[in-house]
Amino acid sequence: MGQVINIQPITRIEGHASISIQLDDQGNVADSKVHVMALRGFEKFVEGKPAEELPRIVTRICGICPWQHHLASNKAVDRCFGVTPTPAGRLLRELMQTVAHAEDKVLHFFFLAAPDFVMGPDADYSVRNVMGIVKAAPELAQRVVKMRYAAKMILEKFAGKAIHPVAGVPGGFSKAMTETERLEILSKMQEVLDFALFTMDFAKKEVFPKYLNEVKELGVIKTGFIGTVDEQGAVNFYDGKLRLMKPDGTYTDFDSQDYCDHLAEHVEPYSMGKMPYARSWNEGFSLDLENPKGIYRANTLARINVADKMATPGAQAELEEFREKFGRPAQYTLLHHWARLIEEVYACEHAIELLEDPEITNPDVRAKVEPGAGRGVGCVEAPRGTLIHDYTTDENGLIKSANLIVGTTHNLGPINMSVNQAARMLIKGGKVDESCLNKIEMAVRAYDP
Amino acid sequence: MAVKVAQEWLNSCSGCEISIVDMGERLLDVLAQVEFVHSPVLMDHKYFGQLGSGRHLEIPEAVVGLVSGGVRNEEHLEVLTEMRKKCQVLIALGTCATHGGIPALANSYRNDEILERYYSTETTDKCEEVPSEGLPPLQDSCTALDEKVKVDIYLPGCPPNPDHVFSALVSLLEGRPVQLPEKSVCDFCPTVREGKGGVKKLRRFLQAPQYGAPGEPLDKMRCLLEQGILCMGAVTRAGCGGDAKTPRCIAARVPCRGCTGPVRKNGNQRFDMLNALASNGVDISSLPESVSLLRFSGAHGLLRPSRKGKEA
Repeated sequence: MGQVINIQPITRIEGHASISIQLDDQGNVADSKVHVMALRGFEKFVEGKPAEELPRIVTRICGICPWQHHLASNKAVDRCFGVTPTPAGRLLRELMQTVAHAEDKVLHFFFLAAPDFVMGPDADYSVRNVMGIVKAAPELAQRVVKMRYAAKMILEKFAGKAIHPVAGVPGGFSKAMTETERLEILSKMQEVLDFALFTMDFAKKEVFPKYLNEVKELGVIKTGFIGTVDEQGAVNFYDGKLRLMKPDGTYTDFDSQDYCDHLAEHVEPYSMGKMPYARSWNEGFSLDLENPKGIYRANTLARINVADKMATPGAQAELEEFREKFGRPAQYTLLHHWARLIEEVYACEHAIELLEDPEITNPDVRAKVEPGAGRGVGCVEAPRGTLIHDYTTDENGLIKSANLIVGTTHNLGPINMSVNQAARMLIKGGKVDESCLNKIEMAVRAYDP
Repeated sequence: MAVKVAQEWLNSCSGCEISIVDMGERLLDVLAQVEFVHSPVLMDHKYFGQLGSGRHLEIPEAVVGLVSGGVRNEEHLEVLTEMRKKCQVLIALGTCATHGGIPALANSYRNDEILERYYSTETTDKCEEVPSEGLPPLQDSCTALDEKVKVDIYLPGCPPNPDHVFSALVSLLEGRPVQLPEKSVCDFCPTVREGKGGVKKLRRFLQAPQYGAPGEPLDKMRCLLEQGILCMGAVTRAGCGGDAKTPRCIAARVPCRGCTGPVRKNGNQRFDMLNALASNGVDISSLPESVSLLRFSGAHGLLRPSRKGKEA
């Protein structure tokens, strides 16, 4: 066997991972592996803790998507304790979830992904970053920073803490929204929506057309998809049924409480992170590029693939344009970025819809809760994919056991496949340079892990 | 001349780094004065050279080093040691770095108990061996940075308030000493304390506290602890509210859980809280458990596996 090429650490992602690429004697790719380094053990150390405290503990799984962990956890505890949140409590949770998505997508697109497209994949690493963008396009950078901050401050100002939130509680929400707050947030969200539409337009004119070749080649694999849809089959981030789609576009819908019947997790010797696969397809697990088994993806592209439509008009128009170009399900990995911006439009439009619901200022935000024994699965869509928290409580309402499947985990198998595909395409005869290694990482960044 | 900055994250969640971004437009002012030489979240500098051909993990020299997260595995330790070597001023950013943070709750268990649970959940296929190929071995526990290297500045918070991150960075850039709040969360809490020891038992946070109409200001709400709800403000360092000062959880009408760590650097939040409760006549057996009182500061040997677990 030949040389091993290590990319360590994978950068501009949220997490700790590295890539090793094994070359054969001719300098072509024999194999590649994505090593996920982190294991913190939340499933174990939450045992024995009062269940109502979990929404304030599990947030630390991820500082980029703490709202989703917070809300999935609250939903799981609601079920364990047999309580249904009040309508206003539910609306406030969904509003926070939707605004958090809006903020996150701006962060990922401009701060983490855009350097590859705005500065170019071949640019020197010293400028291929957000600092480079600040210098190259100061006006754009200022607008990005300002808009992202506006969305983030909605969360902070209304809910106390934006990172590692505390305002969701079993039974609903900890505080009610006043009319003054509603109007203020509504006007901010309208600004963020304008920015979302500008970003979509900017990307369709200035970014995507230049990189269509990369889109059609880099990290391309064929898989199934998973995501949450509402009763009408439209994307919903907060609640609904899970839809698991096969690579051929056929799908099964199921209640998230039954996730164990449909999903399983495979363990590879080179990754701390487990690799979920579709148990219900009864074909086992394989990352083989030509003939993968059980592999599906979560995240933005998955959600817009499984959905029949988007629930808001601007996002629906964008989805139609997207489907006309790329079909359903769209498989090109870099299209995650495009799908992300469609979801950004949806998030802003939907937040405005929620704010226009008169029920949202109802002061009855929290139903009475009694701790007790039970089991509950809380499921929401995190920016990076379907997020599942499954808790069992004892008679005192303390956690007996917990099982978690977080958004990025679903994609660990597919990320391995995309890296393998990109490496095979880009490394021939032992020739390796910085640009080609960065392009391999671009296949990872699309998943925003 | 821009000041060189290196950033690293260890056993962390990235919340501290997002908190830096949450400086908003002030971020652009800071970026204009610093030059990042290493930052896995923001830029593509690699440990073993850009082509991965180096033999030793290398981080460029910098004036300021920001490190978030505690130390959980051998790679974390290697990275931290290199950061200490290359940075003139090392900042422990966030409560994981200063006191272990939430991930140090794992210190109540042995590694084999944690791995056993993680690799045997309801959805996990049986695996013969715990993955190890190309992966750094775990250390016995999750430690704070100062258990491994010298730390110059402690900037706790989960995450730290962006106002404090900003003022700390500006102070360093201007060569002034970094000043951070040193009192307790209660010292900045606007709620009403009557000081009457009427509470005999604590109730779990399963009902809303009383606070009147939704828009009622916080200074009309009675102290949550005096309403019989566990609130850890008294044993927690101030600062979560930043320049606005009002504690952030209280602003959401939710009790403090201690995320900035103990008031004194070497304090013990569990011991101090139980003491405070007992001396005020509160029956501490009304708490469902007390490990959670150390949920942010379980490093420095404060949380350990149970004796029973060791014998098993």
